[in-house]
Order: sequence, then structure tokens, then C-alpha cells
Amino acid sequence: MLSFKDIRQGLLVALWFIFLTFPLLVIKINPIENSVNWRWLNMVYVGSFSFLIYLITRMVMARKLERQKKIKLGLVKEKVAWSIKLFSQPRLYLPLLAAVAVFFLLFPGLFSTYQVNIMITALMYVVLGLGLNIVVGVAGLLDLGYVAFYAVGAYTYALLNMHFGLGFWTVLPIGGVLGAIFGILLGIPVLRLRGDYLAIVTLGFGEIIRLILENWSSFSHGPSGISNISRPGFFGIELSLEMSIVYMYYLTVLMVLFTIFVVNRLQDSRIGRAWFALKEDEIACQAMGIDKMKTKLTAFSLGATWAGMAGVMFAAKTTFINPASFTFLESAIILCIVVLGGMGSIVGVIVGALVLILMPEYLRAFSDYRMLAFGAILVVMMIFRPQGIIATLRRTYTVKGDLE
Amino acid sequence: MLELRNIDTYYGNIQALHQIDLTVEAGEIITLIGANGAGKSTTLMSISGISPPRSGEIIFKGKPIHELPANKIVTLGISQVPEGRHIFPELTVAENLDMGAFLRNDKRGIADDLEYLYDLFPILRKRRNQPGGNLSGGEQQMLAISRALMAHPQLLLLDEPSMGLAPLVTKQIFEIIEKINREQNTTIFLVEQNANLALQIAHRGYVLENGRITMHDQADKLLANKDVQKAYLGI
Repeated sequence: MLSFKDIRQGLLVALWFIFLTFPLLVIKINPIENSVNWRWLNMVYVGSFSFLIYLITRMVMARKLERQKKIKLGLVKEKVAWSIKLFSQPRLYLPLLAAVAVFFLLFPGLFSTYQVNIMITALMYVVLGLGLNIVVGVAGLLDLGYVAFYAVGAYTYALLNMHFGLGFWTVLPIGGVLGAIFGILLGIPVLRLRGDYLAIVTLGFGEIIRLILENWSSFSHGPSGISNISRPGFFGIELSLEMSIVYMYYLTVLMVLFTIFVVNRLQDSRIGRAWFALKEDEIACQAMGIDKMKTKLTAFSLGATWAGMAGVMFAAKTTFINPASFTFLESAIILCIVVLGGMGSIVGVIVGALVLILMPEYLRAFSDYRMLAFGAILVVMMIFRPQGIIATLRRTYTVKGDLE
Repeated sequence: MLELRNIDTYYGNIQALHQIDLTVEAGEIITLIGANGAGKSTTLMSISGISPPRSGEIIFKGKPIHELPANKIVTLGISQVPEGRHIFPELTVAENLDMGAFLRNDKRGIADDLEYLYDLFPILRKRRNQPGGNLSGGEQQMLAISRALMAHPQLLLLDEPSMGLAPLVTKQIFEIIEKINREQNTTIFLVEQNANLALQIAHRGYVLENGRITMHDQADKLLANKDVQKAYLGI
């Protein structure tokens, strides 16, 4: 199984990790006593840990290779991924779906307000993730400034509410439309670019919006933000704080359902197919008579619409917003949700959002290592499961007259 | 049916086509032959609007099309089979064909065309649920041609259908190109390096050298022409 070469390689890896983490984990300077603590034990931990991890991955990889060889020889049948197996059989996924539905329906009754609040946040990221999924996962346009549209939505509600007293329900569609308009405004000049260039320009756009909000104080109140944004109204009845959180929860669930419905329909539609085809081959798309520009723009602006609406909900939930909520880190997290969950896969994005948002909340004890864990998870995922937690199950469609 | 007048096309600062004049009559098979880099594919790209000409006019059925975007040109009835096939590798064969009919709405007509193409290329019917990327080179070329035909074009632009294919497969594909021209009355503009084969099925031919048209004649006369034989037929 493990050859001498593997063990030697493992030792080298361990040494490398010791070298990398040495200044961080071994040397500790005590500025008060002007002395240095040498924590040699940490070095041993790091070394043995990375050595073990390396050996385990080698073993897993070797087994995988062996399996593939056997499949080639026809000795073993190819294993169908569990996610595909699950979703292709209604007998399996219907009860699961029902259980999930009941869980989310009863959630506010079962858990504390704190938990409900966290769940609202997570569900909002589901909406954001599904929106970005249209742009990145389906149409293949890397957008690093997605949070800008989220900010547009949030500030739309905050400002309209502050100046004109407009309510949540009026502003929700306005936020969506404004998001779409900003999407188109950014898209027209930018969508001629491809790949990395597009990513850089969208990143810049995201920063521009944030900087405008931070510095144009007369318009947006600058870094101090806008507070006292009213919560969503419930047929004119004043709700207690707890009740309004529960109300907000159900609103978010509804929003998620609506998003899933629309995104699902979109993916199966003509435009959805055009997006997918555009991701595959641009020249072929043009030869098919697909309007490249228009198709990209619709993807971009539809994604932005969802960010806009999520922004309105965010402002209504927190009742206070400032530019610090819309940093590049937010864009990165939303992108991670999409990539980690599985690009193009709706279920994947939902799972990705819940994992990425809920996990840090429940692992508060390790919050110091959050970014470390985040990075490590991403690296490991990209190596071992680049298609995401739940890979896309692309529906194949048959053309009429193609029946056998 | 199609007329190119004084077409100049550039890639950045480099002029690829110089004063191209060319006509295609309805129902014809026209071939454009030439060496590597002569500008054969560029001519097709100029017609289909993917790399539009900087000056000159392209008239299709009496209407100028050189200023239209690529997708509008497809609407008018010009379909292109791009060089190197450019099929959608992740989509199945059937989905690839369906993408070809992207601009059409007549379900009946689409189904009929699909049947016709499956009869033309039985291998595609057999492989219809496989991803396009899993097909062999010849099958991909067949798929690319079929996909372009799904748009029901009046003019089919074929860019190097023989590229990278075994001689036997090439012959098969050329026979089918001839058949499509005969049965569907589709006008065909064929760009090809294999001048011998191309001139055998074409009605007329143009010879392109360094972005300029140097000769045009009936295909059989070009085949018999001493210069053409020497330069392109290896005789």
C-alpha cells in the first residue's frame, strides 16, 4: 500500500508545514518581559498532523486509482454519485423534502430568537447565492462585485424609507428593479470582457459603490450609516420585536421559495439554455443566432435583481445599515457559497449557504481560526471535489419527434 | 443570392482580406480554396458577422447585411459551421441539435428536420443521448453540420469540414453535403483545403491567395487548370 517513497514524501511535506507555520505557532514573543517563548511542542503537533494527513490522502488516492482501473477492466460497476441517486428517485427525496419543509415551518417555534435570527441571515445568503448562481454557475460570468447590487437594494430601502416613509412591500420590487438597472449599467461596458478581466472590473465596481456610500455623506450618511429603518409591516398591525423576527423569518422563507421557483424555471427556459450554451462555446452560440450581448446582460441583470431584493430584506431585518456590511469579503463569501455548494446546482447552493453561514455561528469557540478553516476547506474542496458539495444535475431535455 | 463587393477585413491592424468580390447563386455549391492563412475562414466569418468587414458590402437576397450583428444574420437564413466544429461538449447530441433550432418556433418543422437529419446521419440517432464531447471527430463534424441545418438555412457556410478527419469519413461527409444541396436545395459555400475533393462536388470555385481572389471559374475548369493543379492539387 504505502511505499517507502510515500513515507519520505510525507516527511518532506511535514517539514515544509513546520517551516511554514514556524513563526506563527512556535515563536511567541512576550513584549512585557522582552523574552521569547519557544513552543516546541506545537512544532511536533504540526509535523505529525501533516504527516498523517498526507499519508491518509495518499491512501485514499491510491484506492481511487485502483477503483478506476477496475472500472476500466469492467470488474466493478461505476458508482453513481449519491446526490444524483438521491434526486433521481422520488421515493427517496420526497420524504426528505417533506422533512425539510416541516423543519423550516416549525423552526421559530422550536428554537430561540437568536437561532431564528441566524437562520434568517443564512436564508438571505441562500437568496444571494441563488442569484449569483445565475451569473457565475449558469452563465459562467465571474462576478466579484456582486455585493454592490446587494448594497444598492439595502440603501434603496433605507433612503426611501427615511425620506419618503415608503414601506417594505413598496420598496421590495423597487429594490429589485434598481438592482437590475445597475446590473445593466455595469453590464453594457463590461460584458465585452471575459474571464479574469471581467472579474477584475466587477471587483472594482463593487469597491466603487462601497466607497461612494462611505464618502458621499450628504446622500448616504457615510460610515455612520442609516438607522431606524422600519421593519416590514404586517397589515398595519404593530408587532412586538419577537413577533416581527418570526414574521421576518417566514418572509425570508417565502422569498427563498420564490427564488428557487424562478431560478428553476429560468434554467429550463430558452434563455437558460442560451446561458448554458454561452458558457460552453461563444463562437458556436453566435453561429446558432444567439445574441451574445443580450444573453449575458439578462444573466447579469437578473442576478443583480435578486441581490437588490435581498438587500431590501437585509435592511428591513437589521434596521441599520452602513457601508461596512458591503465589503469585498461579502462578495467572496457569496462566491464561495456558489462554488462550494456546486456551480449551477440549486440544491448545492442552498446547502453551501447553510453550511458556510451557520457553521461559523455554531463554532464560535474556534472563531479565531475561522479564516484559516475557511481557506483550508476551500483548498481541500477544490482538490477533492471541484464540482462542489452537490454537483449539478443538469436536466436533459428531449425534442419532440425524438421519442422512441 | 449572396454578393460580396470590395470586402476588406482586418484583425487589429493586420489586413486579412483585400477587395474580395464574390457571388453565390441560389442552389449552387461554391467552393473557396487556398493555402493556410489565405483568408478562407476570414471570408466566412465576415459573411456571418462574427468578424465583420471594415469596408465593402455584403448583399444577401438584395439586402445589405454587413452591418448586422451575427445573430441577425442567422435569422435571415445564413448558417455557419465554424472551423474546428465548435459543438457544445456538455450538451447531448439531441440538445446540440435543438440549440441549432434556437431561433425557430415551429415545433412540427423542427421535428421533421430532426428526423431528416437523423436519417441522413444514422450514427447521430444512435448517439443522441450522449454528450457531444464524447463523439469522434467525424461524428462531431456530422453533428456540427446537422446543427447548422436545424436552423433551416438557405445558405450554409461550411468551414473546413474535412479538418482532422480520415479520408473515408471525409468522403462520406462530402457525399452528404452534395445530397443536402440536391435534396434540400440549400445553397452551400464550402471553404476547404482539400481542393481536389471540394472542386469535385462544387459547381464553381474561387481561388484565394494572401487575402486576394486570384482566379474564379467553373469547378471542372479549375480542376483542369495547370496552375491550380500545380499549386493545390499536387499533380
